Amino acid sequence: MSSFWIMLIGSLVASSCGILGCFLILRRMAMLGDAISHAILPGIVFAFLISGSRESFPMLVGATLVGLLSTIIIQWMKQNGVQADAALSVTFTALFALGVILISLYTRQIDLDLDCVLYGEIAYVQWDTWQLGDLNMGPRALWMVGGVFLLNLLIILLFFKQFKLTTFDPALAAAVGIPVAFFHYLLMGMVSLTTVASFESVGAILVVAMLIAPAATAYLWTDRFHLMLSLSILFGILSAIGGYLLAVPLDASIAGCMAMMAGILFLFSFLFAPRHGLVSKWWYQRKWYSKPQ
Amino acid sequence: MTPPIEIQNLSVAYHKKLVLTDIHYTSPKGECIGIIGPNGAGKSTLLKAIMGLLPLATGTVLIDGQPIKQQRHKIGYVPQRESVDWDFPTNVFDVVLMGRYGKLGWFRRPNRADRQFAMECLEKVGMAELADRQISQLSGGQQQRVFLARALAQEAQIYLMDEPFAGVDAATEKAIIHVLHDLKQQEKTVFVVHHDLQTVEEYFDSLLLLNRKIIAAGPTKEVFQIDRLQQTYGGKLTVLSTQANAFMVR
Amino acid sequence: MTFFTQWFQEPNALWVMIGTTLLGISSGVLGSFAFLRKRGLIGDVLAHAALPGICLAFLITGSKNPFTFMIGAIVSGTLASLVIIWVTRYSRIKEDTALGLVLSVFFGIGIVLLTQIQHSHNGNQSGLDKFLFGQSAALVESDIRVMGISAVILILITFLLFKELKILCFDPQFGAILGFPMRFLDLLLMFLLVIAVVNGLQAAGIVLMAALLITPAAAARYWTERLDHMVLISAGIGALSGILGTIMSGMIEHMSTGPIIVIAATCLFLISLLLAPKRGLISRWIRRYQFQKKQQIRTTKGRESLE
Repeated sequence: MSSFWIMLIGSLVASSCGILGCFLILRRMAMLGDAISHAILPGIVFAFLISGSRESFPMLVGATLVGLLSTIIIQWMKQNGVQADAALSVTFTALFALGVILISLYTRQIDLDLDCVLYGEIAYVQWDTWQLGDLNMGPRALWMVGGVFLLNLLIILLFFKQFKLTTFDPALAAAVGIPVAFFHYLLMGMVSLTTVASFESVGAILVVAMLIAPAATAYLWTDRFHLMLSLSILFGILSAIGGYLLAVPLDASIAGCMAMMAGILFLFSFLFAPRHGLVSKWWYQRKWYSKPQ
Repeated sequence: MTPPIEIQNLSVAYHKKLVLTDIHYTSPKGECIGIIGPNGAGKSTLLKAIMGLLPLATGTVLIDGQPIKQQRHKIGYVPQRESVDWDFPTNVFDVVLMGRYGKLGWFRRPNRADRQFAMECLEKVGMAELADRQISQLSGGQQQRVFLARALAQEAQIYLMDEPFAGVDAATEKAIIHVLHDLKQQEKTVFVVHHDLQTVEEYFDSLLLLNRKIIAAGPTKEVFQIDRLQQTYGGKLTVLSTQANAFMVR
Repeated sequence: MTFFTQWFQEPNALWVMIGTTLLGISSGVLGSFAFLRKRGLIGDVLAHAALPGICLAFLITGSKNPFTFMIGAIVSGTLASLVIIWVTRYSRIKEDTALGLVLSVFFGIGIVLLTQIQHSHNGNQSGLDKFLFGQSAALVESDIRVMGISAVILILITFLLFKELKILCFDPQFGAILGFPMRFLDLLLMFLLVIAVVNGLQAAGIVLMAALLITPAAAARYWTERLDHMVLISAGIGALSGILGTIMSGMIEHMSTGPIIVIAATCLFLISLLLAPKRGLISRWIRRYQFQKKQQIRTTKGRESLE
């Protein structure tokens, strides 16, 4: 049963991240997932200090808010002439450092293990179950990750046109009256929420990998956005399941193996994708070279 | 006498698409040559192919009878203005001095002679008094003139200019024409990618009409004809008056 | 004053201070070029990408010698930069995506290797942890010597190749036309950044290295319009952050140096962002206000003359 839960939860995380990742890489914001996953640390600490517990809900709220706040700071800096990559780096390193300092300062009050927060391990999800009265509802992570996936799916389906247009042609979107900034922050909020909800159960590194690798892989296979979204989900799920199947015999970190698998899928596509792969490009180039003189 | 540029059977492919095909061209020496064609005709690509910045699908390019690798020092280049970030922390004089870097080679720094030469180049484009100006504070025309001065600082034999006249003010236009005139007197060969058909006859001795392949090449008087232009631009050309050679490109 | 005299009597404190200062200087210098090449996130990526190399070095040699770790980290950091360059050159993937991809996949592989080490070596991996989170308080004289030597080499190379690196950051295409091998120079800059990151990783940890490679450079950009000055100012801000961070962390109990250095650097950045004379926000706001006022006066005058 445990392998089923792990693969299911991994696939749900991969699907959420796969959808959002497509928007992120097309908007040239791929590093945002990494930035947010670091930046939310002070949010977790604050939530912990205020609520005094390690309950998931306050942490989810606190971390998501700080994640959103960090994207607002980044946006503000960009609008004031700070280079995009610098705005991102400065913000997330500063917030992360603030979080570490807070943990050191309140070290007596908080029993918050840094490793545990940052490197949650998907292998343990089945032990942490949700009890509703006497009823065992299954792994708590499943509800969290599944809920976030449904929420993401709902929002994207509702506003698909708007998201698509603001991604491909923000100027046109603004011209036809779509509130571009609102959809930017809505997307940022979704990325924050997904990052926070997933990484508590599966670890930060897996979220970052799933936000980028499957979407980038899909981008090599197709030029059509619909297809890219579906392929991204598919590659994400393949990475999750393949990674788990790889991790079991190796007796290695499951999250690490899933990230590695996503990398392997990308490498394969980088070489062999039908139109944008290296081999196919090389083949076409040879065709031009060998053209009769 | 070897021609400054000799192109044989050149074709260039981006991914699967051929951007340039079957280019055969031998350029005259000491002339100012306009490269004319619609958007996407491969004008900038041709310049980059000549400079060896792109892999060639087929064909060869010879500069003074030799491949580009041995002849880089003979080429001066004026890129499009948008090709760099103008917020870079440097000033006008420093950018022009970059033109000397090729002659300096590795490790060496520009000396007084290089500085003096760079200053003279700035004077030629009428920007000497702006030498200390931050490049972020320049107008579009001034940016263009800085790039022109940088190319002059290269002391090349052949100059390639990518749309130097695009969107510049009258003063800059005058400065560029002045420089083109100077270069011609020094018997240098200049290629200019150009858009404005009204000024073609005034500026260029020869033309190269390009749309993926060479439509026509030769002295302006012979080549600058309605039928040839229509062939080059397809349906995008509107003839306003045949006598005055007035055209409009859609 | 008593605090300082006491503090400096601690045998290690001075070494830590020298170490963090050296780190600030070398990453400030190289960070300027990374910043201008629009690769501000590279420090973060290379710092994460060092993990698999460190683990492999340990798996192969079985020793916890920092030097072997450094070699491993340099190898995997270089491989990571090659992958970034290749993926962006030979596919339609944009640079930010390539950066994130390399970061997460390399780090994932590193974690896989780390669990292997835990399982096969009785879970004794404390020497590896040090590389991830950094332990500047544990710096000893020999570490500082290695850091000092590499910092001097890095700065020397930057000095010698200053004009080549400048043209790489400003106009690489023009550099290629001048006959410089721009791909080689690009890779060389990446390699220098790898060395800078690996050099500081042990003392500073991943996040501090990410910050030290960008924050001082981004701050320095506000104070000058000349590249040589910017590099010097960036080195100065890096060094100052190192010194301030070390002193302040000495004043607070249970406080590791790394995060305080990041906060110090961030404060210096914010000061620059707001207060720098020409490019700073406040001076821009003042200029905009004055401009608007002038426009207002002009329009009212115009109206009066019409009437």
